[in-house]
Amino acid sequence: MKQHTNTDFETRSLDAVCVNESQLTHKWYHNIKYLIVGVLFGIVFVKSEVVSWFRIQEMFRLQSFHMYGIIGSAIVVGMTSIWLIKKFHIKTIYGENIEFHPKTFNKGQIFGGLLFGFGWAITGACPGPLFAQIGTGATVISVTLLSAVAGTWVYGLLRDRLPH
Amino acid sequence: MLEFLKQPWPWYIAGPLIGLTVPALLILGNKSFGISSSLRHICAACLPANIPFFKYDWKKEAWNLFFVFGILLGGTIAIGLLSNPNPIEVNSKLAAELAGYGITNYDNLIPQDIMNWPALLTLKGFLLMVVGGFLVGFGTRYAGGCTSGHAIMGLSTFQWPSLIATICFMIGGFIMANLILPHILAL
Repeated sequence: MKQHTNTDFETRSLDAVCVNESQLTHKWYHNIKYLIVGVLFGIVFVKSEVVSWFRIQEMFRLQSFHMYGIIGSAIVVGMTSIWLIKKFHIKTIYGENIEFHPKTFNKGQIFGGLLFGFGWAITGACPGPLFAQIGTGATVISVTLLSAVAGTWVYGLLRDRLPH
Repeated sequence: MLEFLKQPWPWYIAGPLIGLTVPALLILGNKSFGISSSLRHICAACLPANIPFFKYDWKKEAWNLFFVFGILLGGTIAIGLLSNPNPIEVNSKLAAELAGYGITNYDNLIPQDIMNWPALLTLKGFLLMVVGGFLVGFGTRYAGGCTSGHAIMGLSTFQWPSLIATICFMIGGFIMANLILPHILAL
């Protein structure tokens, strides 16, 4: 595993699947468009019951196809759209080239993946659904979210001592 | 139309819509779909504590915080305007199993019988909400992503490390749901 370097970009790239290095800088209100995408996404999350603890229990007991259908079809649509973006060299609305960052393998994907799987089955939520559940009025889930932030923080603290 | 939208949406509608988030974020500003990173940005913004992992310019990733706040608002809108009046329907085998643990309330997306404020002070509630949440935050960052970043964005771009991560998410989930969680729910 590569060591820390002092550049901001390098640090943000560590253990991140997404690093967003747009060369453009915008005023804060340009971020409103991501808020809108989030709102639409959150509505789909709730209406399809992806954020339901019960649906996650069904998934891990192989009692329903619902979640597999959702994740599978989301991947198919994602793959197809990325193929189209690459084929037609589609640019962003600001005219930038769309970039993809290859991921490198490390053992964290195994150890961390298993730990996250445990947490997913207990809480019935991955990080996105935690936010949506709070929005639906399940205020107690804000404790779960805070605990998830704490988990991320402890990971950052122990990072150099964990196998990667 | 509104009545139609109020029903639970089938997978073949919801899945493709979730998949469309990938090109939407890319085209709007070169952003790769990922949600668990927001937890890291919250750490970097609120309590970096001189930890190298959190010493970066989180404002460059502020879009991600707008996105997750949008998800929260979307949850509120979906419940407020498009709420399904009927209880959640689940597989009858699951309902029978959960009834054995005293879980019979299907009015909410979370099981209200075991996830509520007073339950936080019980061992079961602590394990379900606090320890579970900790594992989500620790595990996703250790793995470098969650269901959105690895399973959807990673697999869409044919990243094999994401395939390994996704397989491990599922293995962990199967072990927990079938072998460990029943003991926690029985507490």
